[in-house]
Formats: sequence, structure tokens, C-alpha cells
Amino acid sequence: MTKVGTTVVRVDAPAPAVRLPRRRGIELSLIVLAVLLSVYGYCDVGLAKNGSIPPGAAGYGAGLGVLALLAHIAVRLRAPDADPLLLPIGVLLNGLGLVLIYRLDLETPGDRAAPTQLVWSTLGVALFIVVVLLLRDHRVLTRYAYVCVAAAMVLLILPIFFPAVNGARIWIRIAGFSIQPGEFAKVLLAVFFAAYLAANRNALAYAGRRIWRLQLPTGRVLGPIVAVWLLSVGVLILERDLGTSLLFFGLFVVLLYVATGRTGWIAVGLLLAALGAVAVGWLEPHVHSRVEDWLHPFASIEAGQGPNQLAQSLFAFAAGGVLGTGLGLGHSVLIGFAVKSDFILATAGEELGLAGLAAIFLLYALLVERGYRAGFALRDPFGRLLAVGLASIVALQVFVIAGGVTGLIPLTGMAMPFLAQGGSSVVTNWAIVALLIRVSDSARSQYDGRQAP
Amino acid sequence: MTRHIRHSAFFCALLLVALFVNATRIQVFQAASYDENPANRRHTIARYGQPRGDILVGGLPVTGSRDTGEQLRYERTYEDGPLYAPVTGYASQEYGTALLEHSEDSVLSGADPMLSPFPLWNDFTRSQNAGGDVATTLDRAAQQAAYDGLDGRKGAVAAIEPSTGRILALVSTPSYDPAALSGNDSAVGRSWTRLNGDADKPMLNRAVRKTYPPGSTFKVVTAAAALDAGVVKDVDQRTDSPAPYRLPGTTTRLTNESDGCENLSLREAFKWSCNTVFAKLGVRVGVRNMTATAQAFGFNDTALRIPFSVAQSTFDTSVDKAQLALSSIGQYNTRATPLQMAMVSAAVANGGQVRQPYLVERTTRAGGSTVETAGARPLRQAMHPATAARLRELMTEVVTDGTGTNAAIRGATVGGKTGTAQHGLGNSGTPYAWFVSWAQDHRDMEAKVAVAVVVEDAEADRGEISGGGDAAPIARAVMEAVLKSAGGRGR
Repeated sequence: MTKVGTTVVRVDAPAPAVRLPRRRGIELSLIVLAVLLSVYGYCDVGLAKNGSIPPGAAGYGAGLGVLALLAHIAVRLRAPDADPLLLPIGVLLNGLGLVLIYRLDLETPGDRAAPTQLVWSTLGVALFIVVVLLLRDHRVLTRYAYVCVAAAMVLLILPIFFPAVNGARIWIRIAGFSIQPGEFAKVLLAVFFAAYLAANRNALAYAGRRIWRLQLPTGRVLGPIVAVWLLSVGVLILERDLGTSLLFFGLFVVLLYVATGRTGWIAVGLLLAALGAVAVGWLEPHVHSRVEDWLHPFASIEAGQGPNQLAQSLFAFAAGGVLGTGLGLGHSVLIGFAVKSDFILATAGEELGLAGLAAIFLLYALLVERGYRAGFALRDPFGRLLAVGLASIVALQVFVIAGGVTGLIPLTGMAMPFLAQGGSSVVTNWAIVALLIRVSDSARSQYDGRQAP
Repeated sequence: MTRHIRHSAFFCALLLVALFVNATRIQVFQAASYDENPANRRHTIARYGQPRGDILVGGLPVTGSRDTGEQLRYERTYEDGPLYAPVTGYASQEYGTALLEHSEDSVLSGADPMLSPFPLWNDFTRSQNAGGDVATTLDRAAQQAAYDGLDGRKGAVAAIEPSTGRILALVSTPSYDPAALSGNDSAVGRSWTRLNGDADKPMLNRAVRKTYPPGSTFKVVTAAAALDAGVVKDVDQRTDSPAPYRLPGTTTRLTNESDGCENLSLREAFKWSCNTVFAKLGVRVGVRNMTATAQAFGFNDTALRIPFSVAQSTFDTSVDKAQLALSSIGQYNTRATPLQMAMVSAAVANGGQVRQPYLVERTTRAGGSTVETAGARPLRQAMHPATAARLRELMTEVVTDGTGTNAAIRGATVGGKTGTAQHGLGNSGTPYAWFVSWAQDHRDMEAKVAVAVVVEDAEADRGEISGGGDAAPIARAVMEAVLKSAGGRGR
């Protein structure tokens, strides 16, 4: 048990002895670099496919540039001490995602997704600006913890009343727009988990029975984790959304461990997860087939039915090799359905190669690392848990979907943060970045030259 | 708490490492096996992503490529498809390739590493070479003359240049348009089924892939063997040949199509195609010498490529005397492709030397620079030059006043030999009409063309030698075409 939780942090703390450089200029130059890289990718696709620079290149660059600039101004106004890497990483990943979707649009003339994605990105950045401007202190959110969890429940339950799309009941369609409410629920649940655990972590940490080296929690406080586990399994069974369910549960276990420091929670969590996975994998044919595909990705080829999506995805990654075919020159479109959303990473893997893929992974890793860094530096338990929770959402989500399309773990439908086609996902990710900007601003403005306890 | 945040950060780092390791596994270590998986369409898409190189006849392409805008973008087209199909074969997106399209595929498709501007250039840049062109040895006029001569009848023509082995004409009828097989739609599937089910076998290249009993045309080989082995020293000396001839060890009596063959000299027997004389000659020469000469001409050769494979022409080496007698007049197990008989004729015209025949003059890059040229072909002495000179005389007389007068060309020396091969159970099938010949313009130093023609459904009485009637006019047309274009080139 550390004593962190008892440290009182006053909002009007005296000016720190050592002031951290704000580095807003660095943020601006990195944003310019991110926009230029995206425009370069856009032009590269056009040159490779049609031999000419796409007519919309200037407008696209200007649009992305203006969005990034507005976000930057908002940060300068209201979060001047924020981490300078978060926003450029968001802009670069979003811009790269638009390039990849535009590139795949050229192969599917009947189905253009890039313009819609740009609209959603605009909405996402708008939400980012709103959050940065209006949310002056992240601790305000603790007041709305139960509002958040109620809203999250509603959002999760809503799609059950809408028809299933491609086997998963995770969409609602309103006025021609498809919205995936589960995406928004992620952030709300992260806020709730952080607030709940920050308030109850001492009680939850009471030690119960000890088995060998595992300190099991007491039965009384097992309630919450079982409730969340039931929620995840409910999502899985009612909506057939393996990825979201896995994400919620993973997020909760990580936060529980960070809040209480009890390895027993991990044991209980893994046990429950294993139980749930085995039961669902056994009972639910949808999930069962995913596991079969993972174990035998080429079974459909051997059965003479041609390669399935996972096999096509593996072919795409393999075709990329180390340096990739070059933007616009791959054939990842062979994957077919969901090539722009769940399988977008295969296009990156084929056309940018292992080098490009590693760069993308490192961008995500950097985003997660900046979140964790804010978590280290903050003093208030809620802020720490929130930062760790948001960073963990990104990390788990990247691992689950990237591991799925590369055959590391069974494939679960989930959007690659910022890259994949999907409005709800982009908006949610911008909200995550906005919250991370907010907590990192608090963390760095409170910095007093000492290593955080 | 900090310690536990650190733990979970470490956990995230672990996930990242797992992703890296797995991506490296797929993109580096297993990439080759995934790339080569037959279900991976990338190779196919790349193959048809650029126009295929062309096959040239007389410097002009007889093939082309059509941009379909589909996933497999370029489709093969053919000009005069049926005329050149026995040479080009087909290049289908669905059914693979055949003949030249098959054996020269790496050049035509651009896969040949020789096409790249620098060694390893393509491995580095991931670019693909434009398809190269394949220039053939064919003579447009000769090919057309042969095709017109056959005029839809079942048959084949092979013509070669004796001194080099260049194949000047290679025709097989009935033919087909390979363009019908180029694409990958359902019409292609129907064409494939129809062509394969056709009783006339239009996709069979009869000139090189079908063997026929050569009949009397094989007497050129038997005569060469007899002269080389010293069994006949003087072509004008009367032979001791009864007619009819009782096959040794049997009661079967071999007869002739015409009368007066008894004890004829080799010259007269060749002119009138006496079976009895040559059957007995073959027996006197013996299996060993007959086999040696036949194999020197190219019989029993399984390795001939022009560059696509040629069916093996056979001369049975384990025969008794009766079988040897029949083998020596081109019956029993003696079988030859039209190309093989053209080689026999060419050897006579070329002082006894057989040049290995070939179809590809040179291959070039898309820009026209040469990748490879044919060069001199291997040479084989099939018979003594003196024997070749004797046979030239004999074959010339067949055309001047024997069974092959239909092949005579004004202003040129023409040598030939007719043949009618019976086949089928009890010789019930329609006989094959053969004619093999060569021609030398009076102004030339050497013969410019050797031809073999076979017509399957010769409308002739089986009792009559029809090679001169059906096949000789076709051979003459081909030879005339070659002499004309050679004359135009040479002078």
C-alpha cells in the first residue's frame, strides 16, 4: 500500500520551483510535419494509381491543417502545459487513416468512405476542442461518475433494439448515419471505473484469504468485478461483440490492479476471463468459428473454398515484406468486406511494409506512453487512474485488433484507433486524446521538480 | 500506486513486443511461404497487370493484349488465330498456357530476370519488367500457303530451312482461335469444354504432337541406310527382290500398289515406290544399321524441343525380320511426326546433315534490344554426303517423272517422295496421304526449304498412291512461297 492516495493536492498550488518548458512551438512544428506527411501520402497514392496528383490534395491538406491548427490553438489557450506529443500523434494517425481509406476507395468506386471519414474527423476534432475548452479540471468528472455509467449502460443496450449487421448487434442507424454506441461507452466507463476505484480503492484492497502467494480479495468486495464481468459477457452474448467485451474487462482488471495493487485481482480476473472465454467459445458459434479460423487460417483453402479474410490478411502482410509495395500498389482489397475498417492495418502492412507497420505501432506506443507518463506525474488518484485507463484503452484496442488481423490472437471486430473507417471510433479517440491533454496539462503544471511519488 | 502503474505499463510494452515479433514472423520469416500459396492471387494479378509481350512473325506481331479494366487486367488477343495457333498456342487466364506461349512464358510475361536492365534491379525496386517479344522463324507466306492448301481438311504441314533448321511453316488443321480461351469468364469455360470435346481435336498440334505411320516416305531412310551400309553399291544395279515378297518366317505375302517391281534397281524402285524391294532391303540392312540411320535422322529422340516439346517419332528396335521388313516401309511400329519427316527431307537436301529445328529466332526486351538469339543449332550427320547426293537424284526423279510430278516448280530443282499410310484395324481407316520434299532454286547454292505434308482424310481409293495427288500440291505451294520470299530477300 502506497501513501499516494493520502496526498492532498491543492488546486491553487504555489508556483512550482522548476517550471517545465511548455514546448507549444514543438507541438506546432510536429503538427505541420504530420499534416505534410499525410498530404504526401495522399499525393503518393494518386501518383501510384493514376500517375497524377489527386485534384483534392490541396483541399484535403488545407482541411486537415485547419482542423489541427484549431485544436492547437485550443490547447494553447486552455492547456498550455499539456504534453506536446499527444496532439501531433492524433493528427498523424488520423491523416494516415484518411490516406489509407482514400487509397482503398480507389479500388471500390461504388463505395467511397473517405469523405464521410473526413466529416467524422471534423466532428472528432470539434469534440476535442470543446472538451479542452470547457473541461477546466479533470476532477470535475468524478461528480458525474454515476451519470457516466448510466449513459454507458444505455449506449450499450441501445443497439440490441436495432437489427444485426454482419453478425454483430453493435450499430444503431439514425438518419443514414451508422453509430457504434459501444465506442462512446468506452470513455464513459473509463471515467466511471477511475472515479469508483479512486473512491473505494482502500476498501477493495482489504486482504482476504491467502492461497500460496496469492492474496485473494474478500468476498464482500468481489461484487463489483463480478458485475463488470457479467456486463462484458452480456455484451458478448447479446451483441456478439467479442472485442468490446474483451476491452471492457481488460480495462477493469488493469485499473483494479493499479488502484489496489492486489495480484489477487489479476488472478480472479484471469480466471473469470478464461471461464467466460471457454464457455462462450464453446456455446456461441460466431465466436467458435473465429477461434477455429485463428487456429487454422488456411482451412478454407484446403477445403477448396478459397482463402478467408484472415488468410487474405496474412497474404497482404506477407506481400508487404520489410519495405512494402508502396502506397497504392498493393492488393489488400482482396480481403473484401471490412478492408477499410477492421482490416485497415493489412493495407498499411502491405503497402508500407514491416517498416511502416512498426512506425505505426510506435506511434500508438508513444501515445500510450504519454498517457502513462501523465499518470505517473499526477498526484490525485482519479487523475492517475483516468490517465492509465485511457492509455490502456488505446493499448488494449491496438493489441486486440492488430493481433487479430496478424493471426496472433483470434480475430475480433474492433476499430484500429484513428486509422480505421468508423465515425464513432474517430470521435471517441479524439475525446480520449482531449482527456489525455487535460490530465497531462494538470500533471505538468503541478510538476515541482521532484519525481512523482 | 506508482509501482503498479509501472507494472501495467510494462504489460503494455509486452503487448507491443508481441505485436512486433508476430509482424516480423509474418512479414519476414513466413512471407515467402504465404507469397507462394496457390490461393494468393497476387502473382496472378501482377502477371496480368501489364500487356503481355508479343509473338512476331516476319517482324510483325501476330498477338496482342487487350485492357479489360478487370482485376486481371490484360487479356491475350490474336491476329489470324487459327493460322498461327499451332505455333503460338494459347495464353489463358483460366487454363494456363500452351506451346510458344508456354515455353516462352517467362519472356512474354516479363518474369525472365534477363529482361531486367541491371542484375537484381527488380528485387530491389519491386518493379516488374515489361513483357519481351519473341521473334519466330516462320515465313508468313509459307504458313499461309500451307494453311490454304490444307483448306480445312485434317492434316499438318511442317517446313524447315535445311541448312539452319529454322522452321518456316508449322500448320495443323482443323485449327481454333486461341483468343476464345484468353479471358476468365464463362464463355471461356464453354469454349474450353467445346474444344476439348471436339472429335476433330482442333487443339492438337498435328505437325509436332501427333505421330503418323510414315508409309512410303520412310523409304528415304531405308534407302539411306542401304547405301550407307553398303548393301546397295550402285543405285542402278538390279536387286534380287521377288514380288510379291514373302515376309521372312511368315506366310504373309507383301504386294505392291503397282506392277513390275520385281528385281527393280533402287532408282526405279524408289521412283515407283516398290514395297517389296524396300522391305527386303530393310531386312538385308539389318536392325542395327536401320536403327542407327533412323536415329541419326531423329527417330526415337525424346528430348527434341523447338522450344516446346515434340512427340517422339519411333522406329522399333526389337523386331523380328518380318516386323523389320514392315518397319522399313514405314509400317508396323514406325511412326513419325510431320516435322520429323521434314527433317528427313532436309537432311537429303543438306548433304546428309540434320540441323535441330527451332522456332524462336530471338527474344527481345520491350524496347527492342536483344535478350537471346537462336545461334547455331546442333548438327548431326545422318548419312554420308555421297549417299545424300544419290538420294537427291532419286528424290528429284520422283518429281520429274515419278509419283510426285504435282510438286514440280519451274526454275527450281525439287526432290520429293510420296507416301500413303494405311492404318486402323485391318487397314480399314482412311489412309494418310504423305508428301515429303525439298526445293532449290536454280540460282541458289543450296536448298532453301524442306517440307512434309500429311493429309488425314485423303479422298482416295486405298489401292492408289494418293500422296502425289493430295499432299504434293500443298508442298509445292509452300515451297514456292518460300523460294519467292527467299528470292525477294536474297537478291
